[in-house]
Amino acid sequence: MTLPVGAGTDRRIDEILTRFPRRGSALLPALHAIQEEKGFISEEAMVYVAGKVGVSPSFVEGVVSFYTMFQRRPVGRHHIQLCRTLPCALRGCGRILEHFERRLGIREGGKTPDGKFSLVTVECLGTCDTAPMVQINDREYGPLDEAKVDAILASLE
Amino acid sequence: MPFEPLLTRNIAKPASETLEVYLASGGYQGLRRVLKEFTPESFLEEVKTSGLRGRGGAGFPTGVKWGFLPKTRDKPRYLCVNADESEPGTFKDRLLIEKDPHLVLEGIILSAYAIECHTAFFYIRGEFHAGARLFQRAIDEAYARGFLGGNILGSGFDLDLIVYRGAGAYICGEETALLESLEGKRGLPRIKPPFPAVVGLYGCPTIINNVETLANVTLIAERGAAWFAGIGRPRNTGPKLFCVSGHVKRPGVYEEALGVPLPQLLERAGGMLHPDRPLKAVVPGGSSMKILPAANCDVVMDFDSLAAAGSSLGSAGVIVMDSGTCIVWALLNLARFYAHESCGQCTPCREGTGWFVKILERLESGRGMASDPALLVDVAGRVEGNTICPFGEAIAWPVQSYVKAFRGEFEEHVTRRGCPLMAVAAR
Repeated sequence: MTLPVGAGTDRRIDEILTRFPRRGSALLPALHAIQEEKGFISEEAMVYVAGKVGVSPSFVEGVVSFYTMFQRRPVGRHHIQLCRTLPCALRGCGRILEHFERRLGIREGGKTPDGKFSLVTVECLGTCDTAPMVQINDREYGPLDEAKVDAILASLE
Repeated sequence: MPFEPLLTRNIAKPASETLEVYLASGGYQGLRRVLKEFTPESFLEEVKTSGLRGRGGAGFPTGVKWGFLPKTRDKPRYLCVNADESEPGTFKDRLLIEKDPHLVLEGIILSAYAIECHTAFFYIRGEFHAGARLFQRAIDEAYARGFLGGNILGSGFDLDLIVYRGAGAYICGEETALLESLEGKRGLPRIKPPFPAVVGLYGCPTIINNVETLANVTLIAERGAAWFAGIGRPRNTGPKLFCVSGHVKRPGVYEEALGVPLPQLLERAGGMLHPDRPLKAVVPGGSSMKILPAANCDVVMDFDSLAAAGSSLGSAGVIVMDSGTCIVWALLNLARFYAHESCGQCTPCREGTGWFVKILERLESGRGMASDPALLVDVAGRVEGNTICPFGEAIAWPVQSYVKAFRGEFEEHVTRRGCPLMAVAAR
């Protein structure tokens, strides 16, 4: 049987399982490991990780659907998460969102046809001192204006 | 006289996150002293004497919380560090985690010693990618130098510390939801009692402390409870990190003694962003706390003073709004946040947050009814106090206080059939 994850991730999950006093705690770190490799968590991966951790697949789906960082389907190579909560809104994140939409030719929640960019709004990222800001994959950018957005988009391969 | 930085004394140094820089500035001396001179009981008393109150939001005395652990020792005890900093307007713990992780780490070791715990967890919000990496590196450095692991500094005290990443859920900052998440489940808050000190992680006695609280424990170990109690005001002791955001020139984290006057804090943040737009309102303690209209902003920033002023210090997320801000629009923004982040477990919160969004959307778009301001207050009253966790209050309080302080503006949205400030808000 082929695994829905690579051998490296499978070994990593085996190591994660030894880390906690109770096996169940391994679920979130295991899901993070899968997403790091695959970019999202497929149904096959949920069944696989359920078997590893010793819970039911439906339990895993409940957890995956509860946490906004776990993706159910592939996102863009550069996943743009724009903070929309009050401190960023006070500093004009609405205008920045419109600029991203215009530049990428997609609406909030969409993905460019080439799969390069996806754009979503998210709740407070705890970086209000650089509002308005985005997180693109694991990097933060802010404070933003239209020119900085253009420069960032141009810099991403 | 400017306040001597204590929690932020290292952050401007190059490579401030490394063990070398931390040691060079006298780091881990407090731990050495406590392991030699204090028993766990006597250090717990020291923290009680310092008057330190939790920096996560509730302001509960830390030493008293530790004292709630049962005396029986039939189960392991756990310490969980709450690094799930998610309250809108709050970004102080991130600064400590990224710029001075060893200050936090030393506080964790000291606190674990005081409560006689040998396994601790560092629950950090999933979006803090850099923070998780930097903190793990600090942990690795600490193990290599004997500050973590078995027989720490020859004292016979053992401690393991494990980083656990969340995955994007505001509610997991609530301590019992954090425990559920740490057990690998959906983050649904638990009914209290039993309190985590008695039945916590894996059913065992557990203490949950905020990052900044633990950094303060390091200061107490270094310089003593009497010194710490001399900072700030009676019952509101020690240094505090204030996060200033919104319409100020220099948003950022500012360290002051508890009890700093709010106008002085706003001055440190550079004053108002636009010279032609005066202050309209401040939320002093993160988005869940009650709003202070400008006329009530001549307050000092500590737990008791802000409670007396009708709000709360909360997480010390100071959100500043100028005269161009539409209060209905601001509240709608927050209502959407709470509707998205409600875990859905309790009906008043799950349904109430949806109602707030619906009513505020129609007010802001000019379809509001004359009865809507009263309806908002009515729904808030049905949410407050009727939920398992304080999330219910976290949305009821803003709704109640925004409507109370700016009732005329809500009514104007009805009579004018729309938002008089819409054009400004969009800028």
